[in-house]
Amino acid sequence: MAKVTIPKKACAVNPLKMSQPLGASYAFLGMNRCMPVMHGSQGCTSFGLVVLVRHFREAIPLQTTAMNEATTIMGGMENIEKAILNIRTRAKPDLIAICSTGLTETKGDDVEGFLKLIRQRHPEIADTAIVYVSTPDYLGAFQDGWAKATTAIIDTLVDPIPNVHPLRPQRSRQVAVLPGCHLTPRDIEEVREIVESFGLAPIFLPDVSGSLDGHINDDFSPTTIGGTTLADTRRLGASIAALAIGEQMRPAAEALHARAGVPYRVFDRLTGLDAMDQFIAHLADISGTPVPEKWRRQRSQLQDAMLDGHFFIGGKRIAIGAEPDLLWALGSLVTEMGATLHTAVTTTASPLLERLPTDEVLIGDLEDLEIGARDCDLMITHSHGRQAAERLHIPFHRAGLPLFDRLGAGDQLSVGYRGTKALIFTLGNMFLAEHHEVGPTRWALPAATLQAVARASLAA
Amino acid sequence: MSALLNQKIQAVFDEPGCDKNQGKSEKERKKGCTKQLAPGAAAGGCAFDGAKIALQPIVDVAHLVHGPIACEGNSWDNRHALSSGPTTYRTGFTTDINEMDVIYGGEKRLFRAIKEIIDKQDPPAVFVYQTCVTALIGDDVEAVCKAASAKFGKPVIPVNSPGFAGVKNLGNKLGAEALLDYVIGTEEPEFTTPYDINIIGEYNLSGELWQITPLLDALGIRVLSCISGDARYKEVAYAHRAKAAMMVCSKAMINVARKMEERYDIPFFEGSFYGIGDVSDSLREIARLLIQRGAPEELMARTEALIAAEEARAWARLEPYKARLAGKRVLLITGGVKSWSVVAALQEVGIEIVGTSVKKSTKEDKEKIKEIMGDEAHMIDDMSPREMYAMLKEARADIMLSGGRSQFVALKAKMPWLDINQERHYAYAGYEGMVSLVAEIDKTLHNPVWKQVRKVAPWDAPAVEVAHG
Repeated sequence: MAKVTIPKKACAVNPLKMSQPLGASYAFLGMNRCMPVMHGSQGCTSFGLVVLVRHFREAIPLQTTAMNEATTIMGGMENIEKAILNIRTRAKPDLIAICSTGLTETKGDDVEGFLKLIRQRHPEIADTAIVYVSTPDYLGAFQDGWAKATTAIIDTLVDPIPNVHPLRPQRSRQVAVLPGCHLTPRDIEEVREIVESFGLAPIFLPDVSGSLDGHINDDFSPTTIGGTTLADTRRLGASIAALAIGEQMRPAAEALHARAGVPYRVFDRLTGLDAMDQFIAHLADISGTPVPEKWRRQRSQLQDAMLDGHFFIGGKRIAIGAEPDLLWALGSLVTEMGATLHTAVTTTASPLLERLPTDEVLIGDLEDLEIGARDCDLMITHSHGRQAAERLHIPFHRAGLPLFDRLGAGDQLSVGYRGTKALIFTLGNMFLAEHHEVGPTRWALPAATLQAVARASLAA
Repeated sequence: MSALLNQKIQAVFDEPGCDKNQGKSEKERKKGCTKQLAPGAAAGGCAFDGAKIALQPIVDVAHLVHGPIACEGNSWDNRHALSSGPTTYRTGFTTDINEMDVIYGGEKRLFRAIKEIIDKQDPPAVFVYQTCVTALIGDDVEAVCKAASAKFGKPVIPVNSPGFAGVKNLGNKLGAEALLDYVIGTEEPEFTTPYDINIIGEYNLSGELWQITPLLDALGIRVLSCISGDARYKEVAYAHRAKAAMMVCSKAMINVARKMEERYDIPFFEGSFYGIGDVSDSLREIARLLIQRGAPEELMARTEALIAAEEARAWARLEPYKARLAGKRVLLITGGVKSWSVVAALQEVGIEIVGTSVKKSTKEDKEKIKEIMGDEAHMIDDMSPREMYAMLKEARADIMLSGGRSQFVALKAKMPWLDINQERHYAYAGYEGMVSLVAEIDKTLHNPVWKQVRKVAPWDAPAVEVAHG
């Protein structure tokens, strides 16, 4: 049981946290033919855009309502109206997804009211779906924004289905998968492969593996290309089950249940042998299909990797700075490998934090992580931690978002039997690479011993 | 917005040093230098971004952002302004205000944050950046800074440039105003020489300043203060003792150059360190201004000797590329002054410029481009990504040089692309920089990867006759 502490300092130094609207925009990027919009000053969008471009090395469609001080005071209705009309004309998206920012929340814009009025005024925009989510910058963090955006998509777009309804045929194979923002596009592909192997037909919401997996399209598009389609989103309620991955997705799963009666289960992580076993068993259960040989084999490979890896990971002190769900996945795994989660820093509240296998979890910044990592053997956080790790001369594993100084951020795999194995090898290799050969003076005798010997020989 | 800030913005919009600005009517001028932003069709940074860009390269100062996490949390540590010493400027400081601060005001938190920074890091000064939310709730950053300065006996400088005040360029100027109001003229250098200059608007991105300083060192010219690349607080504080100044990077910091001329009689010129001819012209102009201010005449002779030697060396190093690059077509998408100075240099090695953006260029810039490229010059005012993509896809250009934002338009069209904007990793200034730029273009253009990525998969290829044999 860990104690959750919020340091009492007034100044965050080297932030670990990023803001809610950015997390929400990232979720919207997992929707097909979508244009995400931040309702705020154009800097809000510009900064967020740079973070995502540097991380994925991809073009990121992200627009702004370009609020200035006058429109902020007068209310942003006109700007939202213009933005919707402009985007609809220029980019022709299926979905315009709007999140608020600190600026417009401080003013108190009633965006839902605005949208009703705008729809009345412009019947021609009936062909464009619009989702809105409230995400003030001064509350929560990236992960919260992602979760709220997914919930808003479900509440706005999924066709409601009464609880007992013939529309949900028992023989349907459709399942809803709600991945948290800590899953990379590659992670989502892995989960898809696993779910499909049981003869199930998953719909991922959101699905950044379709839009941000780093591929080349045949044409240029101002909106997202790939991701969850509007049609799939609408029929999400007809799923026989929902799988929420990450505690952050519980509210989204609950929303789907409330709207369409879909039974759900939350998997707090898919990294680690035990966690994966539960997931596979659940899939076998809901599909009525035996576990394919492929996973039995990979499971045994992971066990072997754990045996090989524990020599190097065991006994190490590890400092992790990550959002709650990623921290939970990584912190649990390293503990299972025999390491100690010495320092844990995170960005926002979560019921998982108290359950972390460590004494204290700080909701803090990279300064807290750096101080806590002083006696550690490894630091794990996003790319901004590289300077701290350099100063401490300890190995540094990059995880989370942003990863701007390495290629293939979206291609990192750490879920599934295979992903867990890969992660164990990566971490183990960092310790192997750090291994320094000892010299002849490593076990030199202390001066006192030598003096004692000298005195002894004199006396002799 | 406070009346004070409003006044400041109006003052910044009236820029006697800028011809374009002076050509406007009183009414037009009030609207400012930038086109009205279209919601849903806008791109680019805000005024806070601009102020931070302009001031953050002062390396020994703590830059504290007063606002919610988005402003600093989403943006810190994203540029490559280098330091030759202190690294305080690379630490991200923010008050990360929460909901309670929004309701009760964030001034107390700000004051405590300043105290914590001084206790922990003891920088020579703290710069405090105002943001939209804290401006909207009425936090008086100037008053808090004043109180903190008095309490801690250390300069605490308010930078009042909240994002919603306008665009990035305005922020550059508002950031510069903070230097004029609170920093420049507050300290004295240990000694002065007749060879002291200021360089204004150079941020030392990727170390570009260091491609220039060896040239100045060779002439015995001292950069008393660079605003703001690799600068120390005290250097900026005694910048008013320079004999002459050069303003780089178009007109982003023209207010600093002009006001220092007004207040301290420091003459300035606008120059560029991009392109061989431009570097030489800038060196000559620096020498001329220094001589005009009393430096010995012989400085010019030494300058010419340096230029002759370095130009010859640069051309000799570019020679091998001429044959490889002749006739290659470049699409140049960039902001402002860089366009024409780079155009000239690329033409020298035989590269054809098929188009250049003039979105951020001034009227003069456009005239210069016409002069260099002829009337045929394809000037693109505002090209949409789709048009860029079409142009590259149809192979009307062999390579695109642009900022990071349009990078993927080129890459997705499977076309070579080179980063020439702020976030780039290579330094392209001075004689050295031009050689590097041409070498990079050559390296990118001739990379075998382009042929491979354009190859159609064998199962998709139209049926071809099987090779005989």
